[in-house]
Amino acid sequence: MTDVSATPAPAVSERPRGRSFGKIALRWLLYVVLGLFALYYLMPLFVMVTTSLKSLEEIRTGDLLSLPRELTFDAWRTAWSEACTGIQCEGVKPYFWNSVMLAVPAVMISTLLGAMNGYVIAQWRFRGANIIFALMLFGCFIPFQVVLLPMARVLGLMGIAGTIPGLMFVHVIYGLGFTTLFFRNYYVSIPVELVKAAKVDGAGFVRIFFAIFLPLSVPIIVVSVIWQFTQIWNDFLFGVSFSQAGTQPVTVALNNIVNSTTGVKEYNVDMAAAIIAALPTLLVYIVAGKYFIRGLTAGSVKG
Amino acid sequence: MAPILEINNLYKNYGATEVLKDINVSIDKGDFLVLVGPSGCGKSTLLNCIAGLEPITGGTLRIDGHDMTHVSPKDRDIAMVFQSYALYPTMSVAKNITFGMKVRGVDAETQKSKLAEVARQLQIEPFLNRRPGQLSGGQRQRVAMGRALVRDPKLFLFDEPLSNLDAKLRVEMRTEIKTLHQKLGASMVYVTHDQIEAMTLATKIVVMKGGIIQQIGSPAEIYNRPANLFVADFMGSPAMNLIPAKTQSGSGGTMIEIERPDHEPIRLTDPRAQGLPEDIILGLRPEDISEPGFRVGALVQEAPCKVEIVEPAGADTYVQTRLGGKPLTARLHSETEAAPGTVHNLAFDLSKVSYFEPESGKRIN
Repeated sequence: MTDVSATPAPAVSERPRGRSFGKIALRWLLYVVLGLFALYYLMPLFVMVTTSLKSLEEIRTGDLLSLPRELTFDAWRTAWSEACTGIQCEGVKPYFWNSVMLAVPAVMISTLLGAMNGYVIAQWRFRGANIIFALMLFGCFIPFQVVLLPMARVLGLMGIAGTIPGLMFVHVIYGLGFTTLFFRNYYVSIPVELVKAAKVDGAGFVRIFFAIFLPLSVPIIVVSVIWQFTQIWNDFLFGVSFSQAGTQPVTVALNNIVNSTTGVKEYNVDMAAAIIAALPTLLVYIVAGKYFIRGLTAGSVKG
Repeated sequence: MAPILEINNLYKNYGATEVLKDINVSIDKGDFLVLVGPSGCGKSTLLNCIAGLEPITGGTLRIDGHDMTHVSPKDRDIAMVFQSYALYPTMSVAKNITFGMKVRGVDAETQKSKLAEVARQLQIEPFLNRRPGQLSGGQRQRVAMGRALVRDPKLFLFDEPLSNLDAKLRVEMRTEIKTLHQKLGASMVYVTHDQIEAMTLATKIVVMKGGIIQQIGSPAEIYNRPANLFVADFMGSPAMNLIPAKTQSGSGGTMIEIERPDHEPIRLTDPRAQGLPEDIILGLRPEDISEPGFRVGALVQEAPCKVEIVEPAGADTYVQTRLGGKPLTARLHSETEAAPGTVHNLAFDLSKVSYFEPESGKRIN
């Protein structure tokens, strides 16, 4: 310490110039490396978009990375409403709507149930609450494959095998662990006195949840919705296992389109179909993305 | 008239641990009851039991004559103010205050007029439309009080409401609560760990330790006649001097002898000390040990003491000496000539003395 204070003043004033040059160079290097990484990650998307806008002829003759000489949206139209999935040739359109009908209610139900679970576990501390929470958390770590057979049996017994509600049921159950975790951790930082005050004010269990807790949960609801929507929309394994012709989600349809070509492989159609299938999750991220980070980091509520 | 709050043989267990043991308290309408004790003594648990927020393990609880032992909080006709204020963060101040009425289905007109009345009373009209997060600590405290006041309940419960405020604001709000109590004539139960708050606010104090009531009484009773060593030590600042001493029956009454390490023992006489056991603990408040000549009476007796520490505190000067192996604090006037290391005469006023039994700690006079 004494050595530092003993260094003559001029030496100190000399130093920043040399250091700032090094600093700037380092910063540039950082940006260049980051830029390269970004390019690398954007490459597949670039190839997908350009390929989907090319004609088959151009794909065959041209370069993978080159821009399309002539823009054509034929592949998109085909992918949307004409491409063949097996013997049917209706494009991804019906399956896309299947996915919407599946994902939207499943996300809403699992988020609401998760919020209620978290509320009960964090704020009503009944006997065994921690054990139940630990078990639900454990549910997050069970691999999809493990539950396939038991789930098929349960769906069969319930009479909803091969239906969209059946698939919805699977996703709600599977998502509960995660949504409960989100909401429990969010609510646990809220002082228990809030519930006490509301009880004294005369509010009951349900009233306190809807009037006090749900309104202050917006950030964590966004987190839960993004997470669940991505999971459910992108899921393939449950979709392919628990659906049948007509109820399949878009991921399964995409697989079928890509795998059931006859003759020429239509790369442009495959790419367009893949982009269509990925678009909703992308949209959810763009719309709600900033809340996502905020919700993950900020748990506490200033009262 | 039935007491507004009556607690009989109340027990509270968490699993196998007994948190409250055989609590018996009752207060009349208009009383200000303060539950005071060190942290972990069960005072907040008792308040939660009164509110119905914690189930009672045994015993009964009556509010205004009605058995409320197993009644839910909303039907007890109580209002509560919490330490963390517990304001609803997403609601405006006005909504916070009227939430209870809204839940109970009070019509909008009444809600509005009551809100206006309470807002005027607490001077919170300017920020009725703000959220709790936009308010300062003192303002939040007022809103929390408003939420309780607007209900006009049979019983107000306060759970350390001033602990989160800074020292100056705490004193202001303390006075304000007292004013409010006098103005409304409301019945209140107030929990605090601050014995000064307890003394200044209460009409009745309950001192608790380890889930057991140590003493119930008016502030003056608690201060002047503490029931045991714990109460004597806990209430009052600086604390009561508690000095081991021996009694000797003699011709002139009972002699009380206090050992000193470097001096001859101090001998005091108290005719009222007859029949006390040989070993006792003598309790005297610092203000009852003063400069000679300031107190008069048959039981004021002087003794020279070696001054160890002198602490001027403005209005008074506290002087420390050592008696019976324990430090002793005397409260002298600010112009005292006592200096560290010198011998100074101190006057002991035994008319205010408390005697305790060393083993049980109980008061014996």
